[in-house]
Amino acid sequence: MADTPVSSTTLCTMTKLLEWLLGVSVIGIAWGLVTFDLLDLHVPSQYKELAWPMPVYLLVVFGCYSLATVGYRVATFNDCEDAARELQTQIKEAKVDLQKLGLKM
Amino acid sequence: RINMATRRSNTNTCGQSDTYSVLLPTYNERENLPLIVWLLVKYFGESGYNYEIIVIDDGSPDGTLQVAEQLQKIYGEDKILLRPRAQKLGLGTAYIHGIKHASGNYVIIMDADLSHHPKFIPQFIEKQKAGGYDLVSGTRYRGDGGVYGWDLRRKLISRGANFITQVLLRPGASDLTGSFRLYKKEVLEKLVEQCVSKGYVFQMEMIVRARQLGYTVGEVPISFVDRVYGESKLGGNEIVSFLKGLLTLFATT
Repeated sequence: MADTPVSSTTLCTMTKLLEWLLGVSVIGIAWGLVTFDLLDLHVPSQYKELAWPMPVYLLVVFGCYSLATVGYRVATFNDCEDAARELQTQIKEAKVDLQKLGLKM
Repeated sequence: RINMATRRSNTNTCGQSDTYSVLLPTYNERENLPLIVWLLVKYFGESGYNYEIIVIDDGSPDGTLQVAEQLQKIYGEDKILLRPRAQKLGLGTAYIHGIKHASGNYVIIMDADLSHHPKFIPQFIEKQKAGGYDLVSGTRYRGDGGVYGWDLRRKLISRGANFITQVLLRPGASDLTGSFRLYKKEVLEKLVEQCVSKGYVFQMEMIVRARQLGYTVGEVPISFVDRVYGESKLGGNEIVSFLKGLLTLFATT
Protein backbone atom coordinates (compact mmCIF):
# COMPACT_ATOMS: atom_id res chain seq x y z
CA MET A 1 0.00 0.00 0.00
CA ALA A 2 1.27 3.53 -0.74
CA ASP A 3 2.21 5.75 2.19
CA THR A 4 -0.90 7.28 3.70
CA PRO A 5 -0.96 10.10 6.22
CA VAL A 6 -1.69 8.92 9.75
CA SER A 7 -5.12 10.58 9.95
CA SER A 8 -6.51 8.83 6.88
CA THR A 9 -5.04 5.52 8.05
CA THR A 10 -6.96 5.98 11.29
CA LEU A 11 -10.15 6.66 9.34
CA CYS A 12 -9.53 3.64 7.13
CA THR A 13 -9.42 1.35 10.13
CA MET A 14 -12.50 2.83 11.81
CA THR A 15 -15.55 0.64 11.73
CA LYS A 16 -18.66 1.95 10.00
CA LEU A 17 -20.29 2.28 13.42
CA LEU A 18 -17.51 4.55 14.63
CA GLU A 19 -17.66 6.61 11.44
CA TRP A 20 -21.37 7.13 11.99
CA LEU A 21 -20.92 8.04 15.65
CA LEU A 22 -18.22 10.52 14.69
CA GLY A 23 -20.38 12.05 11.98
CA VAL A 24 -23.43 12.28 14.24
CA SER A 25 -21.35 13.80 17.06
CA VAL A 26 -19.89 16.47 14.79
CA ILE A 27 -23.33 17.41 13.47
CA GLY A 28 -24.81 17.23 16.97
CA ILE A 29 -22.18 19.54 18.41
CA ALA A 30 -22.57 22.02 15.56
CA TRP A 31 -26.35 21.97 16.04
CA GLY A 32 -26.02 22.43 19.81
CA LEU A 33 -23.57 25.33 19.38
CA VAL A 34 -25.88 27.22 17.05
CA THR A 35 -29.24 26.46 18.67
CA PHE A 36 -28.22 27.06 22.26
CA ASP A 37 -25.50 29.58 21.56
CA LEU A 38 -23.12 27.56 23.72
CA LEU A 39 -20.02 29.58 22.90
CA ASP A 40 -21.74 32.90 23.38
CA LEU A 41 -21.24 33.72 19.72
CA HIS A 42 -24.37 35.90 19.76
CA VAL A 43 -25.87 33.92 16.89
CA PRO A 44 -28.74 35.88 15.32
CA SER A 45 -32.11 34.49 16.43
CA GLN A 46 -33.22 33.58 12.91
CA TYR A 47 -30.29 31.13 12.63
CA LYS A 48 -31.27 29.66 15.99
CA GLU A 49 -34.86 29.25 14.86
CA LEU A 50 -33.68 27.61 11.65
CA ALA A 51 -31.26 25.26 13.38
CA TRP A 52 -33.53 24.10 16.20
CA PRO A 53 -35.87 21.80 14.23
CA MET A 54 -33.13 20.67 11.78
CA PRO A 55 -32.56 17.19 13.26
CA VAL A 56 -36.23 16.31 12.93
CA TYR A 57 -36.41 17.83 9.43
CA LEU A 58 -33.36 15.86 8.33
CA LEU A 59 -34.80 12.63 9.69
CA VAL A 60 -38.08 13.23 7.90
CA VAL A 61 -36.27 14.09 4.66
CA PHE A 62 -34.16 10.94 4.97
CA GLY A 63 -37.29 8.88 5.68
CA CYS A 64 -39.03 10.24 2.58
CA TYR A 65 -35.92 9.70 0.46
CA SER A 66 -35.67 6.10 1.68
CA LEU A 67 -39.31 5.32 0.91
CA ALA A 68 -39.09 6.96 -2.50
CA THR A 69 -35.83 5.19 -3.40
CA VAL A 70 -36.95 1.73 -2.29
CA GLY A 71 -40.36 2.28 -3.93
CA TYR A 72 -38.74 3.30 -7.21
CA ARG A 73 -36.33 0.37 -7.11
CA VAL A 74 -39.11 -2.15 -6.44
CA ALA A 75 -41.20 -0.68 -9.25
CA THR A 76 -38.31 -0.85 -11.72
CA PHE A 77 -37.01 -4.24 -10.60
CA ASN A 78 -36.51 -6.09 -13.89
CA ASP A 79 -38.65 -9.18 -14.42
CA CYS A 80 -36.61 -11.60 -16.44
CA GLU A 81 -39.37 -13.31 -18.41
CA ASP A 82 -37.08 -13.97 -21.38
CA ALA A 83 -34.46 -15.55 -19.17
CA ALA A 84 -37.01 -17.91 -17.66
CA ARG A 85 -38.32 -18.91 -21.11
CA GLU A 86 -34.81 -19.43 -22.43
CA LEU A 87 -33.98 -21.61 -19.44
CA GLN A 88 -37.06 -23.79 -20.01
CA THR A 89 -36.10 -24.29 -23.64
CA GLN A 90 -32.51 -25.12 -22.74
CA ILE A 91 -33.63 -27.58 -20.04
CA LYS A 92 -35.61 -29.52 -22.65
CA GLU A 93 -32.65 -29.47 -25.03
CA ALA A 94 -30.29 -30.58 -22.26
CA LYS A 95 -32.47 -33.50 -21.22
CA VAL A 96 -32.61 -34.84 -24.77
CA ASP A 97 -28.89 -34.40 -25.26
CA LEU A 98 -27.98 -35.99 -21.92
CA GLN A 99 -30.11 -39.01 -22.66
CA LYS A 100 -28.26 -39.41 -25.95
CA LEU A 101 -24.96 -39.19 -24.09
CA GLY A 102 -26.08 -42.01 -21.83
CA LEU A 103 -27.34 -40.34 -18.68
CA LYS A 104 -29.87 -42.38 -16.76
CA MET A 105 -32.14 -40.17 -14.68
CA ARG B 1 -17.56 -16.53 -32.63
CA ILE B 2 -14.19 -17.78 -31.45
CA ASN B 3 -11.45 -15.88 -33.27
CA MET B 4 -7.71 -15.67 -32.79
CA ALA B 5 -8.01 -12.69 -30.47
CA THR B 6 -10.17 -14.69 -28.06
CA ARG B 7 -7.75 -17.61 -28.13
CA ARG B 8 -4.80 -15.29 -27.48
CA SER B 9 -6.55 -13.72 -24.51
CA ASN B 10 -6.59 -17.10 -22.81
CA THR B 11 -2.95 -16.73 -21.89
CA ASN B 12 -1.72 -14.26 -19.32
CA THR B 13 1.52 -12.29 -19.53
CA CYS B 14 3.57 -15.26 -18.33
CA GLY B 15 2.28 -17.26 -21.27
CA GLN B 16 0.37 -19.66 -19.01
CA SER B 17 -3.26 -20.42 -19.66
CA ASP B 18 -5.98 -19.07 -17.44
CA THR B 19 -8.08 -21.88 -16.06
CA TYR B 20 -11.45 -21.37 -14.41
CA SER B 21 -12.52 -23.73 -11.63
CA VAL B 22 -16.28 -23.73 -11.04
CA LEU B 23 -17.24 -24.72 -7.51
CA LEU B 24 -20.67 -26.36 -7.27
CA PRO B 25 -21.73 -27.11 -3.71
CA THR B 26 -24.73 -29.43 -3.97
CA TYR B 27 -27.34 -30.78 -1.63
CA ASN B 28 -30.23 -32.77 -3.14
CA GLU B 29 -29.67 -31.53 -6.68
CA ARG B 30 -30.13 -34.85 -8.45
CA GLU B 31 -32.36 -33.28 -11.12
CA ASN B 32 -30.59 -29.96 -11.56
CA LEU B 33 -26.98 -31.12 -11.52
CA PRO B 34 -26.94 -32.68 -15.03
CA LEU B 35 -28.63 -29.58 -16.41
CA ILE B 36 -26.24 -27.09 -14.86
CA VAL B 37 -23.26 -29.19 -15.95
CA TRP B 38 -24.63 -29.39 -19.50
CA LEU B 39 -25.02 -25.60 -19.59
CA LEU B 40 -21.52 -25.05 -18.19
CA VAL B 41 -20.00 -27.40 -20.75
CA LYS B 42 -21.96 -25.65 -23.52
CA TYR B 43 -20.92 -22.10 -22.65
CA PHE B 44 -17.32 -22.87 -21.72
CA GLY B 45 -17.01 -24.96 -24.86
CA GLU B 46 -18.28 -22.11 -27.03
CA SER B 47 -16.03 -19.56 -25.34
CA GLY B 48 -12.86 -21.63 -25.54
CA TYR B 49 -11.71 -20.93 -22.00
CA ASN B 50 -10.08 -23.71 -19.96
CA TYR B 51 -12.28 -24.94 -17.15
CA GLU B 52 -13.06 -27.62 -14.63
CA ILE B 53 -16.19 -28.23 -12.57
CA ILE B 54 -15.77 -29.28 -8.95
CA VAL B 55 -18.88 -30.87 -7.45
CA ILE B 56 -18.92 -30.69 -3.67
CA ASP B 57 -21.80 -32.85 -2.56
CA ASP B 58 -22.66 -32.88 1.12
CA GLY B 59 -23.90 -36.43 1.41
CA SER B 60 -27.17 -35.82 -0.44
CA PRO B 61 -29.68 -38.56 0.35
CA ASP B 62 -31.32 -38.27 -3.08
CA GLY B 63 -28.42 -39.75 -5.04
CA THR B 64 -26.86 -36.54 -6.35
CA LEU B 65 -23.40 -38.09 -6.08
CA GLN B 66 -24.38 -41.04 -8.29
CA VAL B 67 -25.63 -38.65 -10.94
CA ALA B 68 -22.36 -36.72 -10.62
CA GLU B 69 -20.43 -39.94 -11.22
CA GLN B 70 -22.38 -40.57 -14.42
CA LEU B 71 -21.61 -37.03 -15.58
CA GLN B 72 -17.97 -37.66 -14.87
CA LYS B 73 -18.04 -40.69 -17.19
CA ILE B 74 -19.75 -38.66 -19.90
CA TYR B 75 -17.62 -35.51 -19.77
CA GLY B 76 -14.34 -36.82 -18.41
CA GLU B 77 -12.58 -36.82 -15.07
CA ASP B 78 -10.45 -33.86 -16.11
CA LYS B 79 -13.54 -31.71 -16.53
CA ILE B 80 -15.77 -32.99 -13.72
CA LEU B 81 -14.10 -33.41 -10.34
CA LEU B 82 -15.97 -34.96 -7.45
CA ARG B 83 -14.99 -33.89 -3.99
CA PRO B 84 -17.89 -34.97 -1.77
CA ARG B 85 -18.25 -34.57 1.96
CA ALA B 86 -20.01 -36.81 4.42
CA GLN B 87 -22.66 -34.40 5.63
CA LYS B 88 -24.14 -30.96 5.20
CA LEU B 89 -21.45 -28.51 6.30
CA GLY B 90 -21.35 -24.78 5.67
CA LEU B 91 -20.79 -22.93 2.42
CA GLY B 92 -17.55 -21.37 3.65
CA THR B 93 -16.01 -24.77 4.33
CA ALA B 94 -17.31 -25.99 0.96
CA TYR B 95 -15.35 -23.20 -0.72
CA ILE B 96 -12.22 -23.99 1.28
CA HIS B 97 -12.58 -27.67 0.40
CA GLY B 98 -13.18 -26.86 -3.25
CA ILE B 99 -10.25 -24.45 -3.54
CA LYS B 100 -7.85 -27.11 -2.23
CA HIS B 101 -8.69 -29.26 -5.23
CA ALA B 102 -8.94 -26.49 -7.78
CA SER B 103 -6.20 -26.41 -10.39
CA GLY B 104 -7.40 -23.15 -11.90
CA ASN B 105 -6.08 -19.68 -11.16
CA TYR B 106 -9.64 -18.34 -11.09
CA VAL B 107 -12.58 -19.69 -9.14
CA ILE B 108 -16.25 -19.24 -10.00
CA ILE B 109 -18.85 -19.75 -7.32
CA MET B 110 -22.51 -20.20 -8.16
CA ASP B 111 -25.70 -21.98 -7.15
CA ALA B 112 -26.39 -25.41 -8.61
CA ASP B 113 -30.16 -24.98 -8.75
CA LEU B 114 -30.28 -23.20 -12.12
CA SER B 115 -31.00 -19.80 -10.59
CA HIS B 116 -27.60 -18.71 -11.92
CA HIS B 117 -27.11 -19.14 -15.66
CA PRO B 118 -23.68 -20.13 -17.03
CA LYS B 119 -24.19 -17.85 -20.04
CA PHE B 120 -22.97 -14.99 -17.84
CA ILE B 121 -19.63 -16.65 -17.08
CA PRO B 122 -17.92 -15.50 -20.31
CA GLN B 123 -19.12 -11.98 -19.45
CA PHE B 124 -17.60 -12.29 -15.96
CA ILE B 125 -14.34 -13.43 -17.51
CA GLU B 126 -14.24 -10.62 -20.03
CA LYS B 127 -15.08 -8.04 -17.36
CA GLN B 128 -12.29 -9.38 -15.17
CA LYS B 129 -9.78 -9.21 -18.01
CA ALA B 130 -10.91 -5.73 -19.04
CA GLY B 131 -10.52 -4.22 -15.56
CA GLY B 132 -8.04 -6.57 -13.95
CA TYR B 133 -10.51 -7.03 -11.11
CA ASP B 134 -9.76 -9.21 -8.12
CA LEU B 135 -13.36 -10.27 -8.08
CA VAL B 136 -16.38 -9.87 -10.34
CA SER B 137 -19.84 -10.05 -8.82
CA GLY B 138 -23.13 -10.75 -10.59
CA THR B 139 -25.70 -8.08 -9.74
CA ARG B 140 -29.48 -8.34 -9.92
CA TYR B 141 -29.96 -4.68 -9.07
CA ARG B 142 -28.20 -2.75 -11.82
CA GLY B 143 -28.22 -2.48 -15.59
CA ASP B 144 -30.41 -5.16 -17.10
CA GLY B 145 -29.95 -7.44 -14.13
CA GLY B 146 -33.15 -8.73 -12.55
CA VAL B 147 -35.10 -11.66 -11.20
CA TYR B 148 -37.87 -13.99 -12.29
CA GLY B 149 -40.38 -15.61 -9.96
CA TRP B 150 -40.50 -13.08 -7.14
CA ASP B 151 -43.73 -11.50 -5.95
CA LEU B 152 -44.05 -7.93 -4.67
CA ARG B 153 -43.35 -8.94 -1.06
CA ARG B 154 -40.10 -10.66 -1.96
CA LYS B 155 -38.94 -7.76 -4.14
CA LEU B 156 -39.77 -5.27 -1.40
CA ILE B 157 -37.81 -7.23 1.20
CA SER B 158 -34.89 -7.61 -1.19
CA ARG B 159 -34.67 -3.95 -2.16
CA GLY B 160 -35.37 -2.79 1.39
CA ALA B 161 -32.62 -4.97 2.84
CA ASN B 162 -30.22 -3.88 0.11
CA PHE B 163 -31.01 -0.21 0.79
CA ILE B 164 -30.32 -0.56 4.53
CA THR B 165 -27.09 -2.39 3.70
CA GLN B 166 -25.98 0.36 1.31
CA VAL B 167 -26.69 3.09 3.87
CA LEU B 168 -24.93 1.32 6.73
CA LEU B 169 -21.98 -0.29 4.96
CA ARG B 170 -21.47 1.86 1.81
CA PRO B 171 -19.85 -1.20 0.23
CA GLY B 172 -19.24 0.05 -3.30
CA ALA B 173 -21.11 -2.90 -4.82
CA SER B 174 -24.79 -3.01 -5.68
CA ASP B 175 -25.60 -6.66 -4.91
CA LEU B 176 -24.07 -7.95 -1.72
CA THR B 177 -26.07 -11.09 -1.02
CA GLY B 178 -25.57 -12.51 -4.49
CA SER B 179 -23.53 -15.70 -4.77
CA PHE B 180 -22.65 -15.75 -8.46
CA ARG B 181 -19.09 -14.52 -8.55
CA LEU B 182 -15.67 -14.91 -10.14
CA TYR B 183 -12.65 -14.61 -7.86
CA LYS B 184 -8.91 -14.81 -8.40
CA LYS B 185 -8.07 -17.97 -6.51
CA GLU B 186 -5.71 -16.37 -4.01
CA VAL B 187 -8.26 -13.64 -3.28
CA LEU B 188 -11.00 -16.19 -2.51
CA GLU B 189 -8.61 -18.11 -0.28
CA LYS B 190 -7.70 -14.99 1.67
CA LEU B 191 -11.31 -13.86 2.09
CA VAL B 192 -12.80 -17.20 3.15
CA GLU B 193 -10.14 -17.46 5.82
CA GLN B 194 -11.28 -14.11 7.27
CA CYS B 195 -15.06 -14.39 7.08
CA VAL B 196 -17.03 -15.66 10.01
CA SER B 197 -20.70 -15.11 9.11
CA LYS B 198 -23.22 -17.59 7.79
CA GLY B 199 -25.87 -17.59 5.08
CA TYR B 200 -26.67 -14.36 3.22
CA VAL B 201 -24.40 -12.39 5.51
CA PHE B 202 -21.40 -14.56 4.54
CA GLN B 203 -21.62 -13.35 0.94
CA MET B 204 -21.97 -9.76 2.17
CA GLU B 205 -18.98 -10.12 4.44
CA MET B 206 -16.86 -11.42 1.55
CA ILE B 207 -17.40 -8.21 -0.42
CA VAL B 208 -17.02 -5.91 2.57
CA ARG B 209 -13.72 -7.55 3.57
CA ALA B 210 -12.56 -7.53 -0.04
CA ARG B 211 -12.98 -3.77 -0.10
CA GLN B 212 -11.25 -3.46 3.27
CA LEU B 213 -8.27 -5.39 1.97
CA GLY B 214 -8.08 -3.13 -1.05
CA TYR B 215 -9.29 -5.66 -3.63
CA THR B 216 -11.10 -4.34 -6.70
CA VAL B 217 -14.66 -5.43 -7.43
CA GLY B 218 -16.29 -5.42 -10.87
CA GLU B 219 -19.97 -6.04 -11.59
CA VAL B 220 -21.92 -7.75 -14.34
CA PRO B 221 -25.74 -7.61 -14.49
CA ILE B 222 -27.28 -11.08 -14.26
CA SER B 223 -30.75 -12.56 -14.36
CA PHE B 224 -31.72 -14.68 -11.37
CA VAL B 225 -34.42 -17.26 -12.14
CA ASP B 226 -35.89 -18.38 -8.86
CA ARG B 227 -37.67 -21.72 -9.19
CA VAL B 228 -37.41 -22.50 -5.51
CA TYR B 229 -39.13 -19.46 -4.04
CA GLY B 230 -42.60 -20.97 -4.15
CA GLU B 231 -41.48 -23.74 -1.80
CA SER B 232 -39.40 -21.75 0.64
CA LYS B 233 -40.73 -18.32 1.44
CA LEU B 234 -38.45 -15.81 3.09
CA GLY B 235 -39.66 -15.95 6.69
CA GLY B 236 -39.30 -13.77 9.77
CA ASN B 237 -36.44 -15.86 11.12
CA GLU B 238 -34.27 -15.28 8.08
CA ILE B 239 -35.00 -11.55 8.13
CA VAL B 240 -34.06 -11.30 11.81
CA SER B 241 -30.82 -13.23 11.36
CA PHE B 242 -30.00 -11.07 8.32
CA LEU B 243 -30.44 -7.90 10.36
CA LYS B 244 -28.35 -9.31 13.20
CA GLY B 245 -25.60 -10.22 10.77
CA LEU B 246 -25.76 -6.81 9.11
CA LEU B 247 -25.48 -4.99 12.43
CA THR B 248 -22.53 -7.20 13.38
CA LEU B 249 -20.76 -6.26 10.13
CA PHE B 250 -21.65 -2.61 10.76
CA ALA B 251 -20.03 -2.71 14.18
CA THR B 252 -16.98 -4.78 13.29
CA THR B 253 -15.83 -3.68 9.83
